Amino acid sequence: MSGWPFVIAAYAVAVCALAALLLWARASMRRAEAAADALVRK
Amino acid sequence: MHALANPARFLRLARPATGWLLAVGLLFAIGGMAAGLTLTPPDYLQGDTVRILYIHVPAAWLGMAGWVGIAAAAVSQLVWRHPLAAVAGRASAPAGATFAFICLATGSIWGRPTWGTWWEWDGRLTSMLILFFLYLGYIALASAERERGGEGRIAAIYGLVGAINLPIIHYSVLWWRTLHQGQSISITGGSTIDNAILWPLPLTVIGFTCLFASAVLMRIRAELAEAKVEARQRRMAGA
Repeated sequence: MSGWPFVIAAYAVAVCALAALLLWARASMRRAEAAADALVRK
Repeated sequence: MHALANPARFLRLARPATGWLLAVGLLFAIGGMAAGLTLTPPDYLQGDTVRILYIHVPAAWLGMAGWVGIAAAAVSQLVWRHPLAAVAGRASAPAGATFAFICLATGSIWGRPTWGTWWEWDGRLTSMLILFFLYLGYIALASAERERGGEGRIAAIYGLVGAINLPIIHYSVLWWRTLHQGQSISITGGSTIDNAILWPLPLTVIGFTCLFASAVLMRIRAELAEAKVEARQRRMAGA
C-alpha cells in the first residue's frame, strides 16, 4: 500500500486548518482595529 | 510580564511582532514541510507515511502548549490580576484548539496505514481528544462570560482545572502501554529516530510555533480593539 495518499491527506488537513486559523484571526483583527480607528476619528 | 500590563505598551510591541512572526513562521513551516516531503528518505518500516511526523509532532506540542498558556494566564489573572491575562487566555484557545485538531486528524490519517485503524481508545489518543473538547468548552465558557461582562474568573478556574489533563497526555504512553508508541523524540536529545529523517522537524516546530504566536497576537489585538470600541460606545451613551 502506498503511503503517499495518506501523507497528502494529512498535509492538506494541516495546511487548510492552519490557513483557516490565520485568515480568521487576521480578518477579525483588521475588522476590530478598523472599527476602533473609525470611532476615534469620529 | 508586568511591563506589558499597559495595553498601549503591549500594542507597540505586538504590532510589528505579529507580521514578523507570521513571515518567519510561514518561511520555516513551508521550508520544513517541503524538506520533509522531498529531501528525507522513507522509513524502512513505515515507508513514506513517516513524513506525517513533521506536522503531527509540532501540532501535538502546540496543542498542549496552548493550554499551558491558558493555565499561565489563569494564574496571572487570579493571583496578580494582570489586566491582559484574561485576554491572553481567550486568545490562546482558538490556536490551541486548531493545533489539537491537526494533531488528532493527522494522527488518525497516520494510524490507518500504520496501525490498520483510524481510531483506537488508546490512552494518548483519548487524552488528546479530551484536550480538544476542553478547548471547545473553554472557548464557549470564556465568550459567554465576556458577553455577560464578567472578569473571566470562571474561565480562568476552568483553565487551571483543565491543566490536569496535560501530565495525563504526557505520561499516557507510560501508564497505558497500548497502541501509541512511547516517547521517541526529546528536546534535550536522545531521540530514537535517525537524524536523516529527523532534521526537518525543528524547522516545522519553529515555523508552527511562530504561526501559533502570530495567531494569538492577532486575537489579542482584536480583543483589545473590541474592548476599546465598547468602552467608547459606553462613554458616548453615558454622555
